[in-house]
Amino acid sequence: MNMNFKSWLVGTTMLVMGTTGAFAEVVFNRGNSADPESLDPHKTSTIYEADILRDLFLGLTTEDAKSEIIPGAAESWTVSPDGKVYTFKLRAGALWSDGSPVTAHDFVFAWQRVVDPATAGEYAYMLAPVVNAEDITAGKKKPDEMGVKAVDDSTFEVTLNAPTPYFLEMLTHQATYPVSRANVEAKGADFTKPGNLVSNGPYTLAEFIPNDHIKVVKNPKFYDAANVKIDTVNFIPTEDRSTAMKRFEAGELDSNNDLPTEQLTDLKAKFGDQIKIGPYLGTYYYAFKITKAPWDNLKLRHAISEAIDRDYLAEKVWQNSMIPAYSFVPPGITGYETRTTDYAEMSQIDREDAARKVLAELGYGPDNPLKMEIRSNTSENHKNTAIAIQEQLKPLGVEVTYLNTDTKTHYGHLEQHGDFDVARAGWIADYKDPENFLALCKSGTGNNYSEYTDKGYDDLLAKAAASADPAERMKSLSEAEAVGVARDLCVLPLLYYSYKNIVSSKLKGWEDNVMDRHPSRFLSKE
Amino acid sequence: MLRYVLRRFLTAIPTLFVIVTIAFFLMRVAPGGPFNQEKGLNPVIKANLERIFHLDEPLWRQYVHYLQNLLRGDFGPSYNLPDFTVAELFKSGLPVSLQLGAMALTLALVIGSALGIWAALRQNRLTDYAVVAVATVGSTIPTFVIAPLFQLFFALTLHWFPVGGWGGGAFINKVGPVLTLTLPQLAIVARLMRGSMIESLHAHHIRTARALGLSDYSVVIRHALRGALLPIVSYAGPAAAALLTGSVIVETIFSIPGVGRYFVEAALNRDYTLVMGTVVLIAIFTVLFNLIVDILYAVIDPRVRYD
Amino acid sequence: MTDVPVITAPAEKGRSLWADAWGRLKANRAALWSAYYLVFMALLCVFGPWFTPHQFTTIYQDYNRVPPSLSAYPRPDMIDLAVKDAVQRARVQLAGWEEKDGKIFITITSAKPIDERMTRYIDRSSVFEETQVAEKSSDGLKLVMSTSVERQYFFFGTDNSGRDMLTRTLMAGRVSLAIGLLAGLVAVVIGVLYGASAGFIGGKTDEIMMRIVDVLYALPFIFFVIMLVVFFGRNFVLMFLAVGAVLWLDMARIVRGQALSIKRQEYVQAAEALGVNRWGILLRHIVPNLLGPVVIYMTLLVPQVIILESFLSYLGLGVQEPMSSWGVMISQGAKNMPFANWLIIIPSFFLTTTLFALNFIGDGLRDALDPKDR
Repeated sequence: MNMNFKSWLVGTTMLVMGTTGAFAEVVFNRGNSADPESLDPHKTSTIYEADILRDLFLGLTTEDAKSEIIPGAAESWTVSPDGKVYTFKLRAGALWSDGSPVTAHDFVFAWQRVVDPATAGEYAYMLAPVVNAEDITAGKKKPDEMGVKAVDDSTFEVTLNAPTPYFLEMLTHQATYPVSRANVEAKGADFTKPGNLVSNGPYTLAEFIPNDHIKVVKNPKFYDAANVKIDTVNFIPTEDRSTAMKRFEAGELDSNNDLPTEQLTDLKAKFGDQIKIGPYLGTYYYAFKITKAPWDNLKLRHAISEAIDRDYLAEKVWQNSMIPAYSFVPPGITGYETRTTDYAEMSQIDREDAARKVLAELGYGPDNPLKMEIRSNTSENHKNTAIAIQEQLKPLGVEVTYLNTDTKTHYGHLEQHGDFDVARAGWIADYKDPENFLALCKSGTGNNYSEYTDKGYDDLLAKAAASADPAERMKSLSEAEAVGVARDLCVLPLLYYSYKNIVSSKLKGWEDNVMDRHPSRFLSKE
Repeated sequence: MLRYVLRRFLTAIPTLFVIVTIAFFLMRVAPGGPFNQEKGLNPVIKANLERIFHLDEPLWRQYVHYLQNLLRGDFGPSYNLPDFTVAELFKSGLPVSLQLGAMALTLALVIGSALGIWAALRQNRLTDYAVVAVATVGSTIPTFVIAPLFQLFFALTLHWFPVGGWGGGAFINKVGPVLTLTLPQLAIVARLMRGSMIESLHAHHIRTARALGLSDYSVVIRHALRGALLPIVSYAGPAAAALLTGSVIVETIFSIPGVGRYFVEAALNRDYTLVMGTVVLIAIFTVLFNLIVDILYAVIDPRVRYD
Repeated sequence: MTDVPVITAPAEKGRSLWADAWGRLKANRAALWSAYYLVFMALLCVFGPWFTPHQFTTIYQDYNRVPPSLSAYPRPDMIDLAVKDAVQRARVQLAGWEEKDGKIFITITSAKPIDERMTRYIDRSSVFEETQVAEKSSDGLKLVMSTSVERQYFFFGTDNSGRDMLTRTLMAGRVSLAIGLLAGLVAVVIGVLYGASAGFIGGKTDEIMMRIVDVLYALPFIFFVIMLVVFFGRNFVLMFLAVGAVLWLDMARIVRGQALSIKRQEYVQAAEALGVNRWGILLRHIVPNLLGPVVIYMTLLVPQVIILESFLSYLGLGVQEPMSSWGVMISQGAKNMPFANWLIIIPSFFLTTTLFALNFIGDGLRDALDPKDR
């Protein structure tokens, strides 16, 4: 009863205001796949949270509509000649949504908070380039020993372990966002609740009803508030993609950030260019358990890899929403040359013949089939991919079985280095840099599911980390990929991800970009 | 009777205790934990997270912690939604599920029973076959088919209702979910009622009543129905507990912020505290409704005695 | 006294409850036909897949998601697309194609000499077969291939991966029927024995037994299944256990309620007075008299079993690809509405008609077993 009266009241008020020519509130209903785990920027880990936090907070740097770096909370910065010290000049007059000024002390507080083991931020490693950050997270040093300093209220200084060319790129990640020290100290764990949350970005938090919606409203204290055209954004969790499509059609959603791939052809026919698909910095891959026979045999791994018809997977299984991949790092990073396996350009028939030969040499064939079990987490698409591969490898004498388990079991198993033959995994870039991908094949990394280790590879990565010259660095990374992926197949790349959005034609200012980031502040709605 | 009720309330406590204990240890057997995900966590950070949530302590110590908190009414924070405590999640979700479940239960019981009685009275005639046919179809179509059909037809084609969302509790938002929840239950109630009503109508005392010239209404409603109610009541107990705690399928497809989804999602996410919360919730409902059902048995059939 | 032959009428042969019921069941036309249908369905699902022109795992690359059709595939308008697809795969240029004498002639050109193995690319397509080189230009840059169109029939269309729906539906039927009927039976047997005992014995035993049911009811089902999978691996029997373990609880409750009421009937008291032992009373008096609602509920259980099984499979805890079940096919089909409606209509039809048949049999059984229905 209460709810209905209130909405009636609001409705009538808005009607009155509309007819008297006052502003009509512009509302953007944004489908966002899943509820955030948390609105504390230092405790988040998924892209769904990133999209919401990007509208609430402003990092030192931020991205424009095309996802290029522009000044954010810092209006300018200088870098020391050795590349290790960055000095940021914060924007004059910048305010938190509660009116207090944004100061360098807030940044110091925030960054120390991220790496503090007591916070247990999942992305604490993002700040690893900063002096002492890793030691603090491991508990070996105190948070106040971190290489960050507030020179004065509006100058923030960061000292890095080594010159880090992607540092500015990294600053768009939510782990580096500031939080108001006064606010966090006052409200403690409750600071993320609507009404308590203080933000310095284009929007403030108005409501958070789990599984229903998150409402953010325009922040009048934002320095660029005059150019923010959308007044209210409702982030709506849309786990069921089929329903999301129906809600979009009914006008209940203005956009959604995922699409049911098996229906893509029909959706494209129905919605035309409101469907937006394009390359995205992410790779879908299979990992062999390299420490287990027969997967330790390099020729066998390559045989399996070249036998797989990725074009078919991309076109028929994923309805052209994915692109065939022969390297680990996707294309699209300026200055970097991806290195592919040498059969990338061979015709499929030639590849299969070569694979057949290798398998025969090793003694496998239709009478003595090679048994291979593909594991993945539960999902329609993973299943269809595995089924297609199953059929592709059958004539070559490979008997594929498929096992799917729920997500936690799957990754738990991989993390524990459990037994498997081939396991599916994916990696989406945290920021635009190849190192983000290549680190996965480094010895001893947590995400190195195939347990690949090679000194040459590790050395090349270390060399890249130590280079001061960006071009040199890119070259070292490229060589590393040539060794680890193209030569040794530390991962079996299958497909590159694409972003899949559906965007109402009423929404203006949406720029497709390879990071698939679309801050609401640059959008408008007619 | 009163003594019986009191005794049942007392036995509810050890029952709950056993449920909580078994569930707690059962959860830990499953592989994977709350912090395994596609972007595998840096081991140092994972260790930090586990320390904060006390997951690095020996299992029995965690169990004792949990019990101590539970007795104080603290269900703990959700592991996968750390902004909220389990209690807060329930506070926002439970009223939603309760509303939908209560409406569905009432409709299913009332309409289902009416249809079942009607069919029984016209056994083996056209009405009977029609009701049985409709009930069969209703009980065989899964909710994950009814829901999208409703959305396609009533929402997208006729535009009478929204496709999804809770809309702050607006009536039109409830129609779809309630209908989807009601239909299968209605079908089952109708079939059960028809079956037991037919049996009841054949009983000797009904023949006597008719011979005595009692009106149809009196015969059916006041005499036959009583005998037929038993299976309905038996079924309604667990059905009520299930409906009121929400359906994961209906809530996902219609984007309803209830607690139903937690029963599945929390388990899949290994969100231990949230799972325990759902266990406690359903335990309470189960114990409560079974008690009500047992009392109703005694009310309906005076021959039933519990001592 | 004379010997008067005493003519006695032949003794009436007494009929047991079961013989009586069987007779009445056979007379019930609806139930009889339903039984025939059920048997037919079972035979169809068990033997049918051997007679269809397709395997249930074969993927037809060019026939992803095609609608059902009585006429053969490919349709004439699909040939052009198939030729273009195949040639593109081969990474050569398509000069043109034409149909002549019932065969298709494809002309391809390339900047480099063309390998004669190009025919394999055309063969790979599900549309063509027996591709041969018809003529080759002297510099090897142009090739004409002849190929025949391979006719396929997909009476029920194909699914999202390009597999024949008819065969898959029948294979899925094996799983659903087996699990539905067997798990349902298991749930009934356990539920009836447990519930009847609890209700009949009454008192403290009843309370403890029912509290155990409460406890099992409240436990998180998913964890239970995950635990089973961890300990016993993944197999068919496991699904039975999991599904049966959940569903006998409701049945036990219903049965117990009935038993509570029945045990106060005069004939039970009479039996007790006669000294019949408890087990005897249970099996010969209590259980047969509560079978009515039990049978009805069992027919309602089977759809629940099938839906529960599809839920488990969806979570990765049930049947694994390439096997499927009606429940799984229906849930996949539901996601594809309104575009590829045959994906849901066909398995739904099979499931619903089977369950209809089951319901009529159930009703027939109930009518047959009702001792008062004359």
